[in-house]
This record gives sequence, structure tokens and C-alpha cells, in this order.
Amino acid sequence: MSRQGFLSLGDRMSDTPPPNVGDGLAGIWRFIVATLRRLGLWGRGFVIAAPYFWLLLFFLIPFLIVFKISFSEAVIAQPPYAGLLQWISDPDLGELRLQITLNLSNYLRLLSDDLYWSAYLSSVQMAAVSTLLCLALGYPMAYAIAKAPPSRRGALLMLIILPFWTSFLIRVYAWIGILKANGLLSNLLASLGLADPSFELLYTDFAVYVGITYSYLPFMILPLYANLEKHDPILLEAAADLGCRPWQAFLRVTLPLSMPGIIAGSLLVFIPAVGEFVIPELLGGPDTLMIGKVLWTEFFNNRDWPVAAAVATALLLFLVAPIMVFQYTQGKQQERED
Amino acid sequence: MSQTVRKPSRLEPWQDAKETPYVRIEKVSKRFGDFLAVDDVNLSIYRGELFSLLGGSGSGKTTLLRMLAGFEQPSEGKIFIDGVDMSGIPPYERPVNMMFQSYALFPHMSVEENIAFGLKQDRMGRDQIRERVAEMLDLVQLSKFGKRRPHQLSGGQRQRVALARALAKRPKLLLLDEPLGALDKRLREKTQFELVNIQEKLGVTFVVVTHDQEEAMTMSTRIAVMNQGYIVQVGTPTEVYEYPNTRFTAQFIGDVNLFEGRVIEDEPDHVLIASEEAGCDLYINHGTPTPVGSQVAVAVRPEKIMLRKEDDDGVADDRNLTAGTVREIAYLGDASIYIIELDSGKTVRVTAPNVTRRVDMPITWEDRVQLSWRPYAGVVLTQ
Repeated sequence: MSRQGFLSLGDRMSDTPPPNVGDGLAGIWRFIVATLRRLGLWGRGFVIAAPYFWLLLFFLIPFLIVFKISFSEAVIAQPPYAGLLQWISDPDLGELRLQITLNLSNYLRLLSDDLYWSAYLSSVQMAAVSTLLCLALGYPMAYAIAKAPPSRRGALLMLIILPFWTSFLIRVYAWIGILKANGLLSNLLASLGLADPSFELLYTDFAVYVGITYSYLPFMILPLYANLEKHDPILLEAAADLGCRPWQAFLRVTLPLSMPGIIAGSLLVFIPAVGEFVIPELLGGPDTLMIGKVLWTEFFNNRDWPVAAAVATALLLFLVAPIMVFQYTQGKQQERED
Repeated sequence: MSQTVRKPSRLEPWQDAKETPYVRIEKVSKRFGDFLAVDDVNLSIYRGELFSLLGGSGSGKTTLLRMLAGFEQPSEGKIFIDGVDMSGIPPYERPVNMMFQSYALFPHMSVEENIAFGLKQDRMGRDQIRERVAEMLDLVQLSKFGKRRPHQLSGGQRQRVALARALAKRPKLLLLDEPLGALDKRLREKTQFELVNIQEKLGVTFVVVTHDQEEAMTMSTRIAVMNQGYIVQVGTPTEVYEYPNTRFTAQFIGDVNLFEGRVIEDEPDHVLIASEEAGCDLYINHGTPTPVGSQVAVAVRPEKIMLRKEDDDGVADDRNLTAGTVREIAYLGDASIYIIELDSGKTVRVTAPNVTRRVDMPITWEDRVQLSWRPYAGVVLTQ
């Protein structure tokens, strides 16, 4: 940048002193800082802006690419879809046209083909059931940890987080070993005389429920614990004083107060569970229909990127609603704490 | 204990031998591990009293209150409420309600829902509940705030919601744990009178835990002074102030000057104590069964000591008369506090009302002064 450019910029920002050439690098640095400060991107603004920039880069842009593909046409080529923009030049007429082709048939196919609808619905159902199972298992665990002596809480939380230290895939494979015919569970049941050793739970919806519930349980427990741990035990004494037996005090005080934790945990389990692919692929049977599997099939087996992109976009829109509910309740909770 | 000073302004059921106490605490002790929180406490609290448990932190007053509420079980001894043994009876089955120090209002409920909480638990009819809640809101002057959440209220308003919630079930006995502790001084004074008014209006028996001796003095029919888990003294505010039975009570309630001395005369109508610290013999015109020669302390309240300049006319009696030099004066407006160094080196505190304007004040820094007090002013403390 020329010295002239520096000066003219400096003139416009009257409170930003133009750097002296004699100051060298320090002067330029001061100028950059002052400019960023003027734009609100220094100090606190910078700290906030940096992660937003990150999200923009790694979430919004890939999503826009997927969104774009969802409107294109599948072709046998590399990449396997046609571009949206096309320059058409006709030298005879001296015309140059930009043609934008939006192919809506991918979305129409989602609506017309029962496969996608039933995959969505069964995904939601499986995710919802798994979420309830996580809640039923996770609430007592979170409650017990929150009520444990503070010196022991760290160790108990560690036990919850510990499975994360091994590979997710290995943990899912472990379930194959447990649930398969002549596996750990069927052998155990057989030794008790309850089932035949060939009894198999693997490749059923049940196995998928087990896998999802097992994998996502920590995501239920941690927000619930964070909520329950904050409860003032004196509130339960107040409830007892006003005539509540312990279970009544739980229903009237603890449960409603832990609602934000329940919602947070449920969304953290539900949202990824809807789109889950690995667990139904490994543990589910051929009949297990989940949208994640459909997406995979479209993308890799059928090589129909546009339809796969449409499925992904629809899935995202479908999940935006729960996220908004989540943020709304979070905001409410914060309001209450203020 | 004699009742020479106090004019009875309220009923005094504890004076009546035929009256049965509403709450009876019998030889109650509470241990937490090795720590003895409450040590062999005996107390009788009567219907309609506003009884204060007064003590510093760790004196066991809150533990005693929590045992009345049922949150703790006594390690030894028994508690009877209205003649019923409370051993093993959980809080939710006791005819008692408690107002918590932190108020413990339910944050997810409105003021009305908080007050109605106990009533709903009792399955009271909806109309009845609405009526009772309105009545309670009226009682604590919060009728306009029924729909608010606790976090939208000021500290004073929360305190009143807590009181209304605790009173809504019409308990016979209300336990209050530092009810005014979280309020600022001005609000505290105002609320003290409100509490007493409400208590008298409803005829509920109040047991109040407090560390604030002024609060206890203002509100209570009787005070139990607690220290290290045991009860040091039980009496009306006047009794514990004017006739403290130990150095602890004398020093804990109000300010006091303590003179160490030795009994030289012990007659039914008076005692005479020689005190080097005081610089004079101390004459007290109420008998104390103290053998001649024993070491005692004499407590004299700062406001009971009269000051005058030394160069004034002398006095005939040299008992309860000593001299010193003014070291400090704290002007409080209505009164002044004088810190006087006696010739023995002992520092004495004297409070005198400012009956004249300060500019005319006859006594000032470094003045030589005479201190004197009436024969009834001193109290002999043996413990």
C-alpha cells in the first residue's frame, strides 16, 4: 500500500492516527489494531468473532455446497452431478446467456417415494425411543452422582466419560460380540436354561436401541448432572416441611427444576440419533430403516449425489426445529438464573 | 430470679405452674461425629410465645431448631410438641412449619404457587386455597405481587413470601431461622415489629433463631442464650440484660464492664466486693449467695455509670465511686460513648445520653472524671 493510501485511509478515520513511517512495524501493528477496534473486532469482539468465523467456514459453506448439489441433476460424470450455472454463448447472434437450472425433482422424489418418508418416521421413532431409554437410565445416574459426596463426584463422572477414551467403533463391535448368536448374552441365557445358544438379538431393531442408548447415554447424563448438581437441597427440606414425602418433593420440586437439563440432554441424544448411520448399519438388520442408512445408500451405492444432498438438506431442516426449541429453553433458563 | 424492673406487658405462661408447655425439649443432645452440637438442652416453650434462641455461630441454635422441624434427630433426649413425642416423626408429619434463613422459595413457582404449595399437598379445595393465599398475601402486604416469580422480588419481599408460605398451613408452631438476617438494618427494624404483630394477631407460637441480640431483645417474650451447644440462660429480655447469670451472657447481650474482685462482705441484703481493677469497693444491694473470699466479677452496664468532672464537689460515699481519664469519645447523636482509663489501668465504657447540645458538653478528651453507679446497677457473676 502506498503512503498516499495510508494517509487517505487515515483521514477518513479521523481518530486513527496515521502511522509514521519511522515507527516501522510497530506503527503498522498499531494501525491494524486501531482499525480492528473501530470495526468492533478487537478485544472481546475478536474473541467472539473468531469462533463465529470458524462456524461460518466449516458449517455454513459445506452446507451451501450440499444445498447447491441438491438442486442439480445426476449425471454419469466426475463429479456425478451437473452444474447449476451454464454459460451459453451464441457467436452468431452475439449473445451470451447465463442459464441457471434448478432441478426440484430431487425434493419431489423425497415426497413421492415412500422410502424416504418411512425412513424419516422410523428414524424419529427410533431416536425418540432411544432418547426415552437414555432418560430413564440417565436420570437416576445423574441424580445419584449429584447427590454423592463432592469428593466422589469426580470419580463417578470419570466413569461416565471413560468409554469415550476408546474408539466408538470398537464399543459398537463389542456389542456385536455380546448380542450375536453364541455370543456372551445368549450363552449366559443358555447356561441359565432360558434360551437356546443360537438365540440372537443382533441384526434387530432391539440391537439398534441398545447401541444408540449405550452410545449416547453420557450426553444425557452430563447435562442432567450439571442441572441437578446446582439444586439447593434446602428446597427439598422446604418441601418436606410443607408436607411432601420424599417422592412427592421429587415430583413437585426436583423434576420441574431439572426440566432444562432433561430438554438439553434429550436434544443432545435425539438430534444425532435421528441421523445415526454407524449403529443401525452394524447392529441393525436388513429391515432396520433409518435415514442415515438411506443417505449412505444414495450417496455411495446409487451414486445419486443430488438426491443424497436433498435428503441431507431435508434432514437438517427437519432438525432445525428441535434446535430452536433447545435454544429457546436455554435462553429461558438463563433468564431465570439472572 | 427477681422481677423488679420488668413490667409484664404480655402473658407470662412460664410463671404459671399449672400451664403445660407446648414444646418440651428434654435432655436433648446432638452429635455430628465427635462434635457435640447440642449439649443436654432442657427447654419449655409455651403456647403463644415468641421464643428466641440466641447465640453466635456454632452455638447449636440452628441444630436445635432443625431438630424441632424434624430435619435432624436428637442423638439423646426427647422432644415433645403439644404433648406428642416427636422421636422418629419425619418433617412432613409434624404440626410445624419453618421459615428458612435463605427463604428456600421454589424458583419455578410464582409467589401464589409458593404460598399454595403446602395447601395443595394437604389436598385443600381449590377455592379454599385461593382464599387462603389471598389472605396470606394480604397479611404480608404483597397482594399485588402474587403472579411474580421469587427472582423478581426484593430481599424484603422474598422474606415476606417465605413467612406467608410458612404460615399458610396455619401451623401451631412456626420455626424461624434468622428470619431477618438477610435484610438491611432499616428494613430489619421495620420487619421486627411486623413479625411481632403477625405473631400476636395469629396467636402462633414462634421459635426464632438469631445471632442478633438486639433482634432477640425487641421481639421475644423469652430468650435462651446458647453457647457451645448448651443453654447459658433463659429469661425475658429484661432478665437476661439486667441479670445476666454468667460473663458470657453479660458480654454477649449488650456492652458491659466487668470488674474482677473478691467478696469481703456477704449479707442477705447486700454484698461488698473489693476490686483493685475498679479502684474502689463495689456495693451491690441485692444478695448473692457467694461465700466471703471467693473471686467474682461484677458487671456494670455502660449506661448505668454516671460521669462527672473530678473537680466538682466530692461525695460522701466512696463505694461504687472511682476515677479516671477520658481517652475516647464517640458521638452517636442521641448518646455518646466515653472510653475512660481508670487509675488502675482498666478501660471502662460509659454511655451517656446527650441531654445538652454537644457544644455545651462539659466533659472532653483527657478530662479527669469521676465514675459512680447506684447500688442496684452491678451484678455479681460467679461463672
